[in-house]
Amino acid sequence: MTEELVPIFIMGKKYNVPADLTIMKAMEYSGYQLVRGAGCRGGFCGACSTVYRLPDDYRLQIGLACQTMVEPGMFLAQIPFYPAHRGVYRLEELQPTFQTVVQTYPELLRCLSCGTCSKVCPQDIDVKQYMADAMRGDIAGVANRSFDCIMCGLCVSRCPADEVQPNIAILCRRLYGRYLAPRAEHLAQRVGEIEAGQFDGDLSRMKRLSEEELRKAYDERDIEPE
Amino acid sequence: MTSEILNPSEARQGRMSYPTGMRESIQKVEATRATRLHESFPMMLPDEKQSILQEFHPDYRAEGMREIRVGASKGQRMPLELADLMEGASHLTSGLLDLEQLDYDTDVLIIGGGGAGSSAALLALENGARVTIANKLRHGDANTMMAQGGIQAADKASDSPAIHYLDVFGGGHFCNDPDLVEALVKDAPSAIQWLEELGCMFDKEPDGTMTTIHGGGTSRKRMHSARDYSGAEIMRTLRDEVRSYPDEITVLEFSPAIELILDDKGQVAGAVLQNIETGEHLVVRAKCTILATGGSGRLHYQGYPTTNHYGATGDGLVLAYRVGAGLAFLDTMQYHPTGAAYPEQIVGLLVTEKVRGLGAQVCNVDGLQFVYPRETRDVESSAIIRECNERARGVATPSGMTGVWLDSPMIDILHGSGTVEKALPAMVRQFGRFGIDMAKEPILVYPTLHYQNGGLRLRPDGSTDIPNLFAAGEISGGVHGRNRLMGNSLLEITVFGRRAGRAAAQRAREISLGKLTLSHLDSWERELAEVGIDDTVKSPVLLPDYRRQLR
Repeated sequence: MTEELVPIFIMGKKYNVPADLTIMKAMEYSGYQLVRGAGCRGGFCGACSTVYRLPDDYRLQIGLACQTMVEPGMFLAQIPFYPAHRGVYRLEELQPTFQTVVQTYPELLRCLSCGTCSKVCPQDIDVKQYMADAMRGDIAGVANRSFDCIMCGLCVSRCPADEVQPNIAILCRRLYGRYLAPRAEHLAQRVGEIEAGQFDGDLSRMKRLSEEELRKAYDERDIEPE
Repeated sequence: MTSEILNPSEARQGRMSYPTGMRESIQKVEATRATRLHESFPMMLPDEKQSILQEFHPDYRAEGMREIRVGASKGQRMPLELADLMEGASHLTSGLLDLEQLDYDTDVLIIGGGGAGSSAALLALENGARVTIANKLRHGDANTMMAQGGIQAADKASDSPAIHYLDVFGGGHFCNDPDLVEALVKDAPSAIQWLEELGCMFDKEPDGTMTTIHGGGTSRKRMHSARDYSGAEIMRTLRDEVRSYPDEITVLEFSPAIELILDDKGQVAGAVLQNIETGEHLVVRAKCTILATGGSGRLHYQGYPTTNHYGATGDGLVLAYRVGAGLAFLDTMQYHPTGAAYPEQIVGLLVTEKVRGLGAQVCNVDGLQFVYPRETRDVESSAIIRECNERARGVATPSGMTGVWLDSPMIDILHGSGTVEKALPAMVRQFGRFGIDMAKEPILVYPTLHYQNGGLRLRPDGSTDIPNLFAAGEISGGVHGRNRLMGNSLLEITVFGRRAGRAAAQRAREISLGKLTLSHLDSWERELAEVGIDDTVKSPVLLPDYRRQLR
């Protein structure tokens, strides 16, 4: 069987690769053993940020190497690491306020709202909008809007104002999760019950059951309806 | 001025959707949907489950397994690919390195910075230890990051740790370690509470009640989630918390462990790391060492594709086995019933069980159900394998795979329009990249290698058979018996990561180390020679090699 091969340029060098591969698999097909630039290989970890151009197109394009298909003439390089500073903080000492965010990341206010970040995001997150939320002190807004962020850093690499959007976002998500989201009362209650030993009797009875008794209990257990 | 950038969603316009042959089958799925909405396929009876496993589950294929010929668990069965590595030779020799020359000296060394390792680091710190985390790749590059569906905990009024215990045992075929299961279910609510306090954004009702649903094999709705980024949310939160202590927790990246170091009293006393980029060896002395290297899906047992992270090559098992640690249940691997089977680019990647948890049914080429959608994973997988092979009622793809339909459009019909998009954003994005709208069209799935059910023998405090050596997470064996339930791995990494971190920090205060040595490599070599294993591979392998054979 002959496969259809297309030319691509990895860091400027030409390779002919099958047309139905992702960029990551095409690099491996070409002989690269990836060390940096590969992680979960499923679009969750942000390790494989890639920038590329296509022939006769002046525009720079981006994608995750594990999720983006090769195209003929693609001219590509990975950005496996991009320096991005993280503010110094301890979550338990913070207040969920605008002050906290801007003191941790003073450069927040340098954001130009140019929208380059939103255009570059492989997750299609409206980064510009969550930065605007942050500048308004809307921490819940940042938390929800940025939720699907995989922290690949492509927005950081392209930001003309040197923002570290993913780090601002995770600070806001953690402030939201700890301080602003309603607490799960039933959870605290159950933890208290367990600490008080309320389930110890049930559990030790269960542990003493023979395999046969356990099987019977399992087969007869009631299932909570949908 | 910045150049104009093409947004990825624009870039992917015009991508393929389903080819004609598959479309015909989709029409059959659509035709039966209205009827199926009111039908429930019966769960299998216990005897049926046992026989379908024996006939169709990959664990029961004798030619995929062999006995290991050396070491503490000599005679135990495990997959061929794993046995080869476990019987492998060291990258080092006993005299190669000057072990007096320390690169790092720490109380607790954690090998593997996924969910278990990061939880352990935080608890070791809380208990007064100086901590070093050695990562093979980046901190957080781990299966934790990819876990989608959720995390179990019996924290609702209708539920209890004892009911959770029973579900875990049934799922594991009644051979789980009772003490480990007790620890798992009893710590579960406090583990969730700890994550909540660290700022994890769990799905909640407006009054703060956790949104919980069923998973395969659960008798109560106890699956907590963070949309379908549950593991990513936990991992990035733990990582960010670790980063809050840069002076107390040293994080080394691209520095995998290639051998454990002992001392002259026979205790584990640290590890040799290797900078994976420069090749430099690094000697870490540690009063206690926690192995949290995760699973081994990237060994592709029986040729299966995998959902696992690039670095899931079972390194920690190899290291621990060479210093004499015992193993349990390594002859059982979990094949997730719903790996993507189409398109080719994402074959083997996880389609979260949450899709079935939300009501999607599993259908064959004729659009008919053939299995209850929420059997335990091993049974569900076996049923899909039977449907595609023995019964030949699978759907063929252009690349020669077969699969069955997961009728995802049912979810919006059952729970209201927009549910798929809200509850499964990662899945919507995954398939959307290839022109498939899973809210409107079903998706094709086939079992994929997902989880290492067994591993190092473990005690409830996270300690192993070897002094000063602890373990947590997927590397361990016993808590899940022969089959893990959905939502119990994110739970396991949190519960046992915390336990191991706490116990290791406490032990580090009590012990003193002797002279460091790698002399166990000499005895290992002798043992290999005695049974006639020469020409063996070097292990751990660290990374899979997907390069095409070049000239």
